[in-house]
Amino acid sequence: MHIAVCIKQVPDTKNVRIDPDTHTLVRQGVESIINPFDLFAVEAALKIKDETQARITVLTMGPPQADEALRDVLSRGVDDAVLLSDRAFAGADTWATSTTLAAAIRKLGDVDLILCGKQAVDGDTAQVGPEMATLLDVPYATFVKKIQMLDGGDLKIFRQTDEGVEIWKMPTPSLLTVIKEVGEPRLPSLRHKMRAKKAEIPVWGAADMGLPPESVGLSGSFTQVVRVFSPPRRTDRVLIQGTIEEQAEQLYRHLKEAKVPGL
Amino acid sequence: VGTGPAADLASYKGVWVFAEWREGVIHKVGHELLSAGRKLADKRSVELAAVLLGYQLDKTTIEELISYGADVVYVVDHPELAHFRDEAYAKAIVELIRQKKPEILLAGATSMGRSFIPRVAASVKTGLTADCTELDISDEGLLLQTRPAFGGNVMATIVCPNRRPQMATVRPKVMKPEKKPGHHGRVENLTLSEECFKSRVEVLEVIPEQDQTAKLTEADIIVSGGRGLRKSENFAIVEELAQLIKGAVGASRGAVEEGWIAPSHQVGQTGRTVAPTLYMAVGIAGAIQHVVGMQGSKVIVAVNKDPQAPIFDVATYGVVADLFEFVPAFVQKIKQERGE
Ligand SMILES: Cc1cc2nc3c(=O)[nH]c(=O)nc-3n(C[C@H](O)[C@H](O)[C@H](O)COP(=O)(O)OP(=O)(O)OC[C@H]3O[C@@H](n4cnc5c(N)ncnc54)[C@H](O)[C@@H]3O)c2cc1C
Ligand SMILES: Cc1cc2nc3c(=O)[nH]c(=O)nc-3n(C[C@H](O)[C@H](O)[C@H](O)COP(=O)(O)OP(=O)(O)OC[C@H]3O[C@@H](n4cnc5c(N)ncnc54)[C@H](O)[C@@H]3O)c2cc1C
Repeated sequence: MHIAVCIKQVPDTKNVRIDPDTHTLVRQGVESIINPFDLFAVEAALKIKDETQARITVLTMGPPQADEALRDVLSRGVDDAVLLSDRAFAGADTWATSTTLAAAIRKLGDVDLILCGKQAVDGDTAQVGPEMATLLDVPYATFVKKIQMLDGGDLKIFRQTDEGVEIWKMPTPSLLTVIKEVGEPRLPSLRHKMRAKKAEIPVWGAADMGLPPESVGLSGSFTQVVRVFSPPRRTDRVLIQGTIEEQAEQLYRHLKEAKVPGL
Repeated sequence: VGTGPAADLASYKGVWVFAEWREGVIHKVGHELLSAGRKLADKRSVELAAVLLGYQLDKTTIEELISYGADVVYVVDHPELAHFRDEAYAKAIVELIRQKKPEILLAGATSMGRSFIPRVAASVKTGLTADCTELDISDEGLLLQTRPAFGGNVMATIVCPNRRPQMATVRPKVMKPEKKPGHHGRVENLTLSEECFKSRVEVLEVIPEQDQTAKLTEADIIVSGGRGLRKSENFAIVEELAQLIKGAVGASRGAVEEGWIAPSHQVGQTGRTVAPTLYMAVGIAGAIQHVVGMQGSKVIVAVNKDPQAPIFDVATYGVVADLFEFVPAFVQKIKQERGE
């Protein structure tokens, strides 16, 4: 079984701000982390590998420094990593990102299972997994919390929806996007750290995957961000002060005036 | 922007709303989107359609969609649509888009919408904007789709200039549902080729959750507790208040990690996204990962003893107090007003 895991390096979102003058994202001084949901995807793959003879390849599309993210997960025990990096990839929307990742999966050739995170905490769209599966013409399931291997290569998956839990049987190859419940990510081990340090990580550009430059990045995107801005601050903020009794009284009155239900 | 031959934009007409139907009921977001879609359709002087997929769909359900402003309801009723599966649902919608060519398609950013709508967008090779909180339309008919990103720290307005339909998922409870008394609409029952309903996935079991998880996302009032509660038994303070005002009980990850409450109660980035009318955060610091899950709430009350706590940045009403003193006093106040 060959498992491909797609991971994304993201800015630590706590610190992302808009520059009030230039209206662009301030990236300076913002640390990069691996998208937390993608570490769950890596863990899900490692769990399968614990039980079967799976081989895991991790992919990321990003700038050259995304190499760091790949070495981090190599040190947790995945087998191989590929960096998809090319100036032409910059500015991709989810369609162009999916196009690039799908091409990489095709180039790997023998992938049985593709794992993604539920969503990336920067773009927050949760669209790349499903769109990539569509381009590869494989079935997919989102919000997966548990994966079981069945005899004969099928999978039994448990997905968490707004309404409850659904249990599906899926063939392979297929794609799953996972949530926290698949398992807490394991820590890097010393042995794997040594290997990760020395690993040769291939870098694939558009041409390596047979992608025309106009099909990727900004030029291959269907959507366009025309404006970014800071969310409007709440202007209706009220600080409630006084003794405990006065505070209780005031909050009660405010909520009554705001016609909040339940009181 | 946009590779390949540009779609023949002018041949795409009309605004569509996907009316999410599950086990016999329409999700409220369907009604909300019809109201939002009505405004877009009026501005474009085009028809507003509701698209309804399911099995054994009844007349009241369909007529209700018209009462929220639909000019036409496209109905596909088929046993294979009884349970949701991405593939069958997506293929059915893709087939309808190919036949009828709408210029705009909106769906709820629910676990269903966010799951299968990307397949629809990728299949018809168009753009998709996720989880919008605001929609407008330019004079040229370009849908201006505004959405939060970077955990809510940034808002972005996104367009899809060269592809049709323009597609967006929209966050539930953001748009206001408005009934249009006396509005007339027609119903078109459509049959699709059996090929459309084939799926490589088999649904083995659907286990509806009667517990908090489902209740949380639907709740109109939520009282959440955090690590400030200090120990498991103290969750009773939050529960008592919740019960008194008929709210559901939520929690921060801090409280969940301490093991004081089940993970299904967690609100935030790795928990639930909620948008009740009233959200009360009790002993919760307001870390960004918590805030992204509740900042859409209409009225937010924060109770925290630390005046610097970030939760006060998002609170409509901030109460700087010791929760162990304040919450019982507030409970007392409510009871007193009710004459109990
Ligand atoms: C403010 C803002 C708003 C945006 N809104 C939209 C929008 O509404 N629609 C749209 O089409 N694009 C949008 N984009 C562009 C979008 O963020 C990028 O296309 C991004 O590359 C992928 O989307 P995402 O971050 O939402 O990932 P998601 O779709 O949320 O990611 C899901 C999973 O896909 C995998 N994955 C995602 N990206 C990569 C990668 N680079 N390498 C490897 N694996 C990956 C990971 O497993 C991840 O967990 C927006 C960008 C910005 C800056
Ligand atoms: C990838 C990732 C995902 C995450 N996802 C989530 C998520 O989905 N949801 C979530 O909530 N968190 C999430 N977190 C964790 C988040 O960063 C915070 O650690 C967490 O929300 C803290 O919980 P807390 O506010 O209850 O605890 P604390 O940070 O410990 O805050 C306790 C608060 O209680 C106040 N307090 C203490 N005693 C009293 C008293 N007597 N009276 C009044 N106030 C008092 C304190 O002043 C303090 O502000 C995530 C973190 C990461 C890294």
